[in-house]
Formats: sequence, C-alpha cells, structure tokens
Amino acid sequence: MARELIKGNEAIAEAAIRAGLHAYFGYPITPQTELLEWMSRRMPELGRAFVQAESELGAINMVYGAACAGARVMTSSSGPGVSLMMEGISYIVGTEVPAVLVDVMRGGPGLGNISPAQSDYNQIVHGGGHGDYNLIVLAPSSVQEAIDLTVECFDLAEKYRTMAVLLLDGSLGQMMEPAELPPMMPVRETFPAWAATGAVGRKPNILSSIHLNPPDQEVTNLHMLQRWQTVEANEVRVKEYYMEDARFVVVGYGSAGRVALSAVRAARAEGIPVGLLRPISLNPFPSNMISKLADRVEAFLVTEMSTGQMLEDVRLAVAHRRPVEFYGRVGGIVPFPDEILEEIRRLAKGPLTLEGHPRNRWLARMTGAN
Amino acid sequence: MQTEIIVAGFGGQGVLFAGQLLSYAAMDEGREVTWIPSYGPEMRGGTANCTVIISDEEIGSPLVKNPQAVIAMNLPSVDKYVSSVRAGGVLVVNASMAPREVERQGIIVVNVPASEIAESLGDKRMTNMVLLGALLGNLPVLPLESIEKALKAHLPARHHRLLPLNSQALQRGAEYTKQPVV
Repeated sequence: MARELIKGNEAIAEAAIRAGLHAYFGYPITPQTELLEWMSRRMPELGRAFVQAESELGAINMVYGAACAGARVMTSSSGPGVSLMMEGISYIVGTEVPAVLVDVMRGGPGLGNISPAQSDYNQIVHGGGHGDYNLIVLAPSSVQEAIDLTVECFDLAEKYRTMAVLLLDGSLGQMMEPAELPPMMPVRETFPAWAATGAVGRKPNILSSIHLNPPDQEVTNLHMLQRWQTVEANEVRVKEYYMEDARFVVVGYGSAGRVALSAVRAARAEGIPVGLLRPISLNPFPSNMISKLADRVEAFLVTEMSTGQMLEDVRLAVAHRRPVEFYGRVGGIVPFPDEILEEIRRLAKGPLTLEGHPRNRWLARMTGAN
Repeated sequence: MQTEIIVAGFGGQGVLFAGQLLSYAAMDEGREVTWIPSYGPEMRGGTANCTVIISDEEIGSPLVKNPQAVIAMNLPSVDKYVSSVRAGGVLVVNASMAPREVERQGIIVVNVPASEIAESLGDKRMTNMVLLGALLGNLPVLPLESIEKALKAHLPARHHRLLPLNSQALQRGAEYTKQPVV
C-alpha cells in the first residue's frame, strides 16, 4: 500500500479501526481530540459503535462493559482525563478483560497545559489505579510506529487479557508523517469463551474484580503475576541506534528518543562513541538489556520530557555499576537536539560520579544553583 | 542530507497548508518528511507556524532551533525568526506585509511582494503559493514541478479548477532568485 501523509492522532484512530475495532468510547481533550473526532465520523460510517460519553468516567466504564462482552474496544485521552479513568482501569485489569487506552500526554500536573510532555510515565507504567497490577505500555516515536503499535496493543491485550496502553506525547499526536496503514481487517464475529455473550444453553460466565475472600484474591493476584512474567519474557521491545561500538548510551523513549537521535548523530560527527537505546515497551521495561549494557559501556544519559521518571527504572537496572546522568525538559517543553548534544559532550568529557542522584545534579544545573 | 523549513504567519494565511504541500511533495518524491504545527490555545488572527523537515534518512527531532529556511508571511514572523535562520540559509519575506528592511548578514533574504502578486493574479489566497515558489527558487530541496504534482495529487477534485492559478503563483514567486551567500 502507498504511503499517506497522516497526523499521529488520526493515524492511531484509523489503525484501530482497521484492526477490527468494535467500539470506541471517549471524551474530548487536547491534544488527542482529533482521534475522537476521526472515530466519530468513521465508526458510524462503518456501522460500529461510537459514543462520546458524558465524562471520562463514563467512557472508561463503557469500555469495561464492552470488554466484558468480548469486543475489541478502546478509549483515548490525555493526563487529566486519564486520571479520571484510573478507577475503571483498575477494574478492567482486575477483571482480566482486554482493552486498549491511548494516552496522549500533555504538560501537568493539574490542568497544566496542552503542550507535549512525558510526565505521566509513573502513572501509566507504575500504576495510578489501586491494587497490584501491570499494564502493557508501548511508546511510539513516529506516526508509522504509532500505527503498528496500535495494532499490537489489541493483540497483546487479548493475548494476555489485560489493558494495553499506547503512550505518546502531544507532539506526536499533532505531527504529520508519511506512513502506511494496515489493510482493513474484518471485525471479529465470534467472541472469546470467557466473554459475557448471553448464557443460553451454557453455564454463565461471571466476570468481576470482586474477591471478598482474601485467599481468593491472593490466588488471583499470584496468577496475574505469573502471566505478567510471560509478558516480561516475551514482549520487551527496543530500538537501538549506533550501539555496536558505543561507550556511552543515551536512553530515551517517544519524542525525547527521537530528539536524542539527532543529538547522537551530531555527537558521532564529533567523534564521540555514543549510541541510543530507545525503549518501545515501557512495561515490560528492557531492564535486562540495560543491565547487560552496564557491563560494557562507560556511562548512561537518560533523557525525558519529565523530571526523571523512567530515570529510576534505568538506575535500577544499572544498579550503581556505571554513572547515570539525566537531562529533562518539563511542563510542556520539547528539548532541542543541541541541548542533549551538550549533555552528551559533558558525559564524554567527564569526570563522572557514582555518588549522589542525577536528578539533583540536573536540577542544580537547570536552576543555576551550583 | 536534511533540510528544515519553518513557515510562519497569521492564522488564515495558509501557513499550515503551505507546509503540508511541501510535505506531500517530499513524500511523493520518496523522501522522509515530518510536518509539525505550532499548536496551543490559538486564536483567530493569531500567529501560526509549522516546521517541515525533509531528509533521506529516519528523521530525529521534528523541531529545530536553526532552520535552513524560513518563510515569514508577516512582520511578527520576520522578527521572530530573522536571527534563527542558519548561516547560509534562506529567509523568504512577504514584503507586502513586512515592509521593513531585514538586517541580517550571511543569509539569503528574498523580499517578495507576495500579497500584491497574488492580488494581481486575482486571488489573495495565492500568497502562500507565491512565497513557496520563491523558497524553492532559492533552496534546491525539491523541484517546483513536485509542488504542482502534489497539488494535483492531493487537492480534492472540487478545487482542481484552481490548479492553473496555483502554478502561476508558484512560477511568479520562483522568479525572485538571489545569488547564494558564499
């Protein structure tokens, strides 16, 4: 199929439709509204379900219902809306039904602003809703990757009976790039055996997140964790650039990752042996890969559009064996490549330390406190 | 090889469309391209801009501090971007709306009375096409014909009666060529 010039938000919507989406429920919020808008036009046109809910709480609970009925279902939102959805997300995962959420991150906390940010990493990757659970989280850095990972989100959510999240920032949602959409898949007409599809002639399927007897809840939680181990063993995804002979490694995902790519190329042109590791799956996180890298490289630079959230996962994997430094821009600001280039130069020049916390050093540099 | 272009002006001047047209043309020529608009709490008549990057390899940052070329469709855009154009780069100015002399050495400044040219062609909405023509007349990133082809390929059929006028506007702009800075 030919490449088309498509906007990130619209590409994600159309990719979901072509992946056989039965139903979409959502509520508008910048910078993801084009996604909902696209759905509002396309879904009824195809005879599928689209509801603009009365709020994000309504939307996520409609998703919960459709997921229990075995439908391919998704919603999308941004920070403030996703916060409202957290209760429903926990219920969906607790009930072990598959669904997809697209989170197009913006500046926060609070109402913040509508500019690009990556500050919801902790909320999505490390929980946000209550209880012990894991979401599968994939982070695209281009429109093509957003399309491909949207389709994967549905497959993974259904394979592991959990929620999969496509996590991106506003700039990728608003950006246009040439990309190829997948062919239109027919919507599924048969439903999984566990789904609540009407119990005529069979035993009812009970779908619930309630386990009032604590030992039952414990069994469920351990069972979900075992399933998560399978996810960890099979679903780690990264993209590596210039890593073969790298002595220094930049780690960044999504838009921060692609800005870092420009910086890494510029640093290579100056003769600095630096590579880029761009995690695509944020959960499961490429911890083992980073841990192995720590055996052969000299130092790491983590770059994010947050005050250092993924930073902690990298530090855990490196486990104080190598220096880890940090550079972030926050509040809705996207870094320019030359800012990251400057940090790479600093990393290569040294001296570096294993002492203290990289976030504190970064904050001191940002605020001119040293 | 990577070329970065910022198109800036008032909302409604066709800033975003001019950038999209460049992007379509680049895509049709088999290049990699990114188009990213300024977005935010914008208002009618406020400023708008977009950044287009055209490259032969996977594009990293979609935003640049020092673009190779800027099309400034009004005076505020000239003021905002005049100092950010990379040395040796191109600044195309809509002289009809930015009559002041641009003070910047080491770049090609192309002053085009684009709004007046567009009006003389009978449609003020052609201003962005005149300026795009002037850009490509001075920046060898894409041939002018690729824009004409892209218009034909991607403009909805109901607008195809405007194709000849668009071509004229592009050609008129492309006449404003200046010597490169050595």
